[in-house]
Amino acid sequence: MITKFFQGIGAYGVLMTKVFRRPDRWSLFYRSTIKEIQLLGIDSIGIVVILSVFMGAIVTIQTAFQLSDDPLIPTYYIAMATRESITLEFSPTVVSLILAGKVGSNIASSLGTMRVSEQIDALEVMGVNSASHLILPKIVAQLFFNPILILMSMFLGLWGGAMAGDLLGLIAFQESISGYQLEFIVFENIIYGLIKSVVYAFVIGSVSAYCGYTVKGGAVEVGVASTNAVVRSCLTIILSNYVLTDLLLN
Amino acid sequence: MIQAKGIHKSFGENYVLKGVDVDFHQGETNLIIGRSGSGKTVFLKTILGLHQPDKGDIIYDGEVLGEMTKQRFKKLRQEIGMVFQGGALFDSMTVAQNIRFPLEMFSSMTEHEMDKRVRFVMDRVRLEGADDKFPSEISGGMQKRVSIARAISMSPKYLFCDEPNSGLDPETAIVIDQLIHEITHEFGMTTIVNTHDMNSVLEIGDHVIFMKEGHKVWEGNSSEVLKSTNADVEEYVFKSKLFKQVRQALR
Repeated sequence: MITKFFQGIGAYGVLMTKVFRRPDRWSLFYRSTIKEIQLLGIDSIGIVVILSVFMGAIVTIQTAFQLSDDPLIPTYYIAMATRESITLEFSPTVVSLILAGKVGSNIASSLGTMRVSEQIDALEVMGVNSASHLILPKIVAQLFFNPILILMSMFLGLWGGAMAGDLLGLIAFQESISGYQLEFIVFENIIYGLIKSVVYAFVIGSVSAYCGYTVKGGAVEVGVASTNAVVRSCLTIILSNYVLTDLLLN
Repeated sequence: MIQAKGIHKSFGENYVLKGVDVDFHQGETNLIIGRSGSGKTVFLKTILGLHQPDKGDIIYDGEVLGEMTKQRFKKLRQEIGMVFQGGALFDSMTVAQNIRFPLEMFSSMTEHEMDKRVRFVMDRVRLEGADDKFPSEISGGMQKRVSIARAISMSPKYLFCDEPNSGLDPETAIVIDQLIHEITHEFGMTTIVNTHDMNSVLEIGDHVIFMKEGHKVWEGNSSEVLKSTNADVEEYVFKSKLFKQVRQALR
């Protein structure tokens, strides 16, 4: 089990050295990257919008529930606490975990299908660096678009929180906005989340691609690879979250 | 010409190729036949450079495969066309895009020249009106034709086909066989076909190699295969009722 784990780490490293090579044709690389941005990024906007708005609303309700018992705590603290939760953890980590499910399974299953139907062999026989040709655009698309999705998620989460607070009579919309602005630090509240989002983007793209690219067998194995991609991406995100949180906050 | 000299290949304790010597001539359709597990596919992949032989050399027109530089090996890859058993078409691309892909990747052709080349090879393999269709929207026979068109789009010197007519009806299988045979002679390619199909052997076998348990046990041409006195070849060729009747008729 331990040997297998380290063999997997080694194989992942070897694959990444094949991935980060100069593309054979830049024009094809740009075209593939645009296509992947559409497939992995733009197509994920819907789920991020819904998730973020409701996540913000739930965090506001929970925070209000915890703080409303104490009359000495000003209500804008609800918004401030919501902002911290959303920008530091919920938007970067929870949204990335959800995207690991959606995007990760997509990457693993598409590459796995290409492997079992010999499409990757066909590329290799032609002399194409299949790892770089297929995986690099996916990773680049993820690195480019995940921070945009996370930024969007932060904004929508805060908006959802303010709306829910106002609708449920927990905190007025304007008061939420004031609370969000209170002691707002760009690095702590935005850059910190974006650094995490970039790391998670790489994790989702590369781990899922590894799971799909190395499939051996048939349709059943592609399904297993897809599941593995989601599980391993999520685990790696959680572990890297622990390391990043410690590094960035201390 | 491609030469295989004393090729040995094993996977762990499993010895698959045990010293195979064959010359595959230019402008001929070279067929490798034999039972499942005889080492045909491993041999084909070793010639292609997808497997490293344990011993022996693969020689492409005088150049030893194992001694080529990385650049030369990459260049050689572009001189090779491959038709896979399942077609291996890129399912996210249309038929025309599949054929165009190697040109976009490796040639310095203009858009117009690429369009012209795609048109030419599509006409050559008789693929009309399929430009904008996706592989999932066309029949198995058409998929094989697209695969052949893609393989010849870069005017390769060497063409490899792994069971090109498996899963096709007999009529389509003959069409595909004849197409491979025609383009081999027309473009002067060195073609190597891995097959189980005795019809293919008789239709297009300019040079036939019979393999058994990792050895080459017989070679000849399509007309000689029916007259062979080699016990292994006889057992393989005349297994079916049809060929038993053919043998009786020949006698």
